[in-house]
Order: sequence, then C-alpha cells, then structure tokens
Amino acid sequence: MGMKSNILVTSVDFAVNWSRKNALWPVSFGLACCAIEGLMIPISATYDISRFGAEVMRPSPRQADLMIVAGTLTKKMAPVVRRIYEQMPDPKWVLAVGACASSGGIFKTYSVVQGVDQIIPVDVYIPGCPPRPESLLAGFIKLQEKVQKESMFDKNRRLLSLTEGKA
Amino acid sequence: MADDARYMTLNMGPQHPATHGVLQIVLEVDGEIVVKATPVIGYLHRGVEKLAEVKTYHQALTLTDRLDYTSALSNNLAYCLAVEKLIGVEIPKRAQYLRVILAELQRIAAHLLWLGTHALDIGAMTVFFYTFREREAITDIIEQVTGARLTPSFIRIGGLAKDMPDEFEGMVRTFVKGFPKRIKEYETLLTDNIIWRKRTTHISPISAEDAISYGVTGPVLRASGVNYDLRKVFPYSSYEDFDFVVPLGKNGDVFDRYDVRLKEMFQSNRIIEQAMDRLPGGSVNADAPLYVPPEKADVQNDMAALIRHFKLMEEGFKPPVGEAYGAIESSKGELGFYIVSDGSNKPFRFRIRTPSFPNIGAVPKMIKGQMIADVIAAIGSVDIVLGEIDR
Amino acid sequence: MGNAENNAIDATVKRVTDAFGGAVAIEGAGELTSIVVEKGKLRDLLMSLKTEKDCAFTMLTDLFPVDCYGQEPRFEIVYLLLSLDKKVRLVVKTRVGDGEHAPTVSDIFSVADWLEREAYDMFGIHFDGHPNLSRILTVDDFEGHPLRKDFPTEGYGFDTPFVVNLGGETT
Repeated sequence: MGMKSNILVTSVDFAVNWSRKNALWPVSFGLACCAIEGLMIPISATYDISRFGAEVMRPSPRQADLMIVAGTLTKKMAPVVRRIYEQMPDPKWVLAVGACASSGGIFKTYSVVQGVDQIIPVDVYIPGCPPRPESLLAGFIKLQEKVQKESMFDKNRRLLSLTEGKA
Repeated sequence: MADDARYMTLNMGPQHPATHGVLQIVLEVDGEIVVKATPVIGYLHRGVEKLAEVKTYHQALTLTDRLDYTSALSNNLAYCLAVEKLIGVEIPKRAQYLRVILAELQRIAAHLLWLGTHALDIGAMTVFFYTFREREAITDIIEQVTGARLTPSFIRIGGLAKDMPDEFEGMVRTFVKGFPKRIKEYETLLTDNIIWRKRTTHISPISAEDAISYGVTGPVLRASGVNYDLRKVFPYSSYEDFDFVVPLGKNGDVFDRYDVRLKEMFQSNRIIEQAMDRLPGGSVNADAPLYVPPEKADVQNDMAALIRHFKLMEEGFKPPVGEAYGAIESSKGELGFYIVSDGSNKPFRFRIRTPSFPNIGAVPKMIKGQMIADVIAAIGSVDIVLGEIDR
Repeated sequence: MGNAENNAIDATVKRVTDAFGGAVAIEGAGELTSIVVEKGKLRDLLMSLKTEKDCAFTMLTDLFPVDCYGQEPRFEIVYLLLSLDKKVRLVVKTRVGDGEHAPTVSDIFSVADWLEREAYDMFGIHFDGHPNLSRILTVDDFEGHPLRKDFPTEGYGFDTPFVVNLGGETT
C-alpha cells in the first residue's frame, strides 16, 4: 500500500486509466425495455455515446470490456449472463441500468432474479424505469471517474495479468 | 439416417445482436440451407399474468406498459378497452380522439424503431440514425403530454390521466407536416435500392392459409394479402370516423412486409391530421365517479374528493362478475386482453393475447429452406418484441 | 355489432345446437357468445366450425385455461375463434378436472401447438396427442405450475439467495 504514493507509478496509472476509460467497449446486452432507452437511444445521434468512446458495441464478449445489463434478469437467462461475464477478459466493468437490473424492479415474481448483482459484481447502478438517456450518460461518466481512480497495484487490475480472469 | 448425420446444429442467441431481444433459435442446417428451426422463448418471462392477479385494476395498468415496450400507450389502450367493456362505461368523444392520436403516434414510433433495427441487421446503418431522429420528435411530444418517455401509463380506465397541455397542438402539427417528407427519405434510401431488393424480395414468404392457421395477425398477415385490420373490422375508440386505407401485400415476403409498414406510417400520419382537425371539446374522463379518480385540484381542496381518491387508490373498484375481451390493432398485430372478474377488486384471470407470440411461432415455417443470412431478414421483418412473447 | 354479424352468430349457434344437441350449452349473447361443450366433443365441434361453408371460423385467436379454484371440474379452457369473412368472434369453452387430460387441437389450428404448451407449463393440463408437450416459458426443471391459484406469486424459496450453476464449465 505504501507503493501507491510512488511518483513513477502514478503517471503510469494515470496514462493507463485514461486510455481505458475513454475507450470502454460495451458488449451488446439488452434484455428488455431498458435496452431501448438505455442502449439504443444513447447510441443514436441525439445522445451520442460515441463522444465517450463507447459506440463500438462488440457482439462477442471476448472483445468487450464493459457489460451494460439493461432490463429484467430472469432465472432462465441468469446462466447465460454469468457465462458471458466470465468470457469477458480482465479488466471488466458492469453497469446495471434500470430498476429491474438493480433490484428486480416491479417484478416480485417466481421467475425474476431480484437484481443482477446476485450473480455478477456491479460497479454502477442507474435507477429508473426506464432511466432517461441522460441518466445513463451520467452513470457512464461516474464509471469513468471510478476507472480513473484505479491503481496498477489493485488485486484485480493488473497491467499485465498473468493469471486467468477472476470475477 | 445419413441425412441426420449431415445436418449441423447451430445455436443463435439468446445473446445475439440481431435477435431483437433475448430469443434463442436452434437451427439445423444442411450446409447453408436451414432444414429445421426451433425457437426457444421464455428468457424474459416475468410473470405479468400472475402478478396482475394480486394488483387492483388501476395498479395492473402499469404492468401493461412493459409488454410491447416500443409502443407503450397502445397496450394501455387495449387494457382500458377491456376493463371499460367489463364495467360498462362510455368514454367521451374528446378522450376517444385523443386516444386515437396517441395510439397512432405510438404506431409510427414503433414502426420507426422496427425500420431502424431491421435495416441495421441487413446492413443499412444510416437508416438507424434517421429513424431514431424522428422517434425523438415523437418521444418529445409524448414526454410533453405524459411526463415519461417510454412507459407513460397515461391512458387510464375511464379516459386519460389529464388533458393536453397548450403546446400539444403546435408540436403535433409540426410533426405531421414534416413527416411525409421523411418517409420519402427512407423510400429513397431503401425501396429502389438494388441491394435491399435482392435481400428482401422472395425471401421467407408465407402463404395466406398458413398465416391464418398459425394465428398470425398484423402487417405480416396483410403482406400475405389478407385484409384483416381491427381498426376497420371491429372498430374501437371512434376509428370509424376517420378516413384511411389499409395497405395490402401480394407475395408475403420480407419486402412486402416492409412496404406495408411504410405505407401504414403514412396512413397513420393522415389519421393524426384528421383527428387534430376535428378534435372536439369537453372532458377527457367519463362521468363515472365509481371508477374514475377525481381531478387533482379537487383532491387538494375538497374533503369528499379526497376520500374518494383514497378509496380508489387503496382498494380499487369492484366491477360486476363477468368476462370481457378488448382488442386493438397494435403495430405488431391483434393485441387483446381477456379479463375475467369474480366481483372482487383484483382481476381473477388476466389473459394477454399478444401478437408476437403466434408470429414467432410461424417463423420456423417461413425460414425452412432458406439460407442462414435470410433468417436474420425474416426475424427482423416479423417485428417481434420479447416483452410481449414472454410476458 | 351490426345486423349481419348478429345473424351470422345466431345461424351458427342454431347449426351447432342442431348438430351436437345435449353436449353443448350456450352462454352469453351478442359479442361474447360462448358455446360450452363437453371435452369429448370438442375436436368435432372445432372441426365443424372451421369447415362450415357459410361462416367458417378459420383463425384460432387464443387458447387459455382459467383456474376456477374450488369448483369441480377445476379448469375451464377457453378458445377464441374468429371468422375472417363474416367478421365475427365466437368463444368455445370446455371444462377439465385436475389431473384429467384434454384433447389437442394442434392439428386443426397450427397456432395451438405453442398455446397448449403454454397451458401445460402454466396450469399443468395435459393435452393428448400433442407432438411435443414440454415447458415453454419457465425453466425446463421448474417445479410446479405458476398460474394455478395455489402457487404463490413469489414462488418457493424467494428469500434464499439465488445461485447460478454453470455445471463446472468456466471460460
């Protein structure tokens, strides 16, 4: 922990985090209604998420580093989400968009998982039903601030990851 | 025996950029030709029918928004028609015309979203940005009126939540005047484009008898030549007052479905224009104090109105014993609610007949014998919404 | 509804009562006329309604059960039919007890294939002769039938944390 204040490391940290946060590539993962407001509309021209570097929606999770879970997670879909999360390489972040992804939303039923954080770790929660596109962009900027504060010596954020990706 | 060994099983989805939601299709292919397709649904099954049985009739309205989330107000309208038939309430003319305007605006918004994503799947990326620009204009109108962009729950039992603001007329008229030019833009980009034609004509056709047997409704059925549009056949909410044409197709292939929807957008524009010209005055809520909550201003000033508001929101109302079926022509087909009431304040059976459920059931018939790339075009042309299929 | 539609429904009702006699009963009137039929005669009735010359009900709009908990027989299966040329709707109902089997109509109307699977998934009603009666909306190993009245809305085990088992596979 004493290493954190080393001046050599902080500039490398800054450069690495700056390049990571400005090129977050999401994996296209719209589940339900929030996918319209939380994914498709920010990609369109009015709310342009491309100015933050994230318009490249990769269909394959192996090429992405951000998972935007937008919509209700059901028990049938949960293994799929978990498998895709594990396929993403480190470093990876998760954005939970909407009330259903954060905590189950209005659906307190037999088939809905009450929040996507029951199966994968979430970095930023964006509440709303559905949240406005500006809320999504605000959450995205918060995630970028979180990425900026990371350090090379965090256990899960190594510059060179010599082991398999860990959740 | 030898045939079975030749076939390869390919899995498409549930996470897939072109399945419009969480749909899984297991394809058995012989080289490039699809031999059998099995859709697997249920990845978005949220239990709406069960949840509605523990909510009062007013509360269950908010659940209906989340079914076909591309055109939420239409779902509200279908539900309110069913409940109003059950309780036997007449809706004033102004409310009916405003419901028509809102429903047609949502139809245009849903078709625009369909066009953008369908063209994006096939490869025409520009159309996506153009249609979402128009959809933003419609969303602005709906936000001005209802306060919410995607899930407004504005069409209530007995009428509307409240009357239109002053800016409503100006915004709608501006939109209606400029929209035909936009449709022309999409036609210029796609209809006579040789690549679009090659990828959509004679692809995944379905005959009229097959479509009827599979319970298909909406633009897919009309593209096969069957003239069944609930706005003309079982008119609801004053649609018989308006003059519009129902476009039909000939071959039932992907291009015909695209053409029918494009023409429908133009006809919806005409309906909105006529409704705005002839909008009557009056109240937007029926005179039924047992079912309709009082105005907000009265609730804050008058004790009796406050008590009535409290009772309606807490316990809801108790409709008579019976059943009712209310259906509308949504952008995807026939959306109907069959509500069985046992006299209590919660629905006894809340059945939702959604158009996308039979439509996706007909997709295996459509794509048998087609190439893998045409599967994407076929699914896009059927215009499914997973919130509807899985409920 | 106009006169022509009322006449079409009256004519159909008369034809059906003449042909099937005591096995049918008529409830309701006008728009929501319903024919209640014994489950043994259900397939014949639907086939005859589909192939009539005058008013053929060619489209099955919907098929769903209603759980009348406490009454015997317990389930009431409702069929919504539509005639495209005469523009009228008709409701056909039949009653099935808990544990009894109902006949399938998936060879008469192709849409009934998936609708009966959903009825089996949600209510547990078996349809004899169905090509592939398996769960369609819930997980394949789901226990219970959700839309029955004695099944709780939250399901069983709501308060235990949800764990996903990928069966030992990792990246």
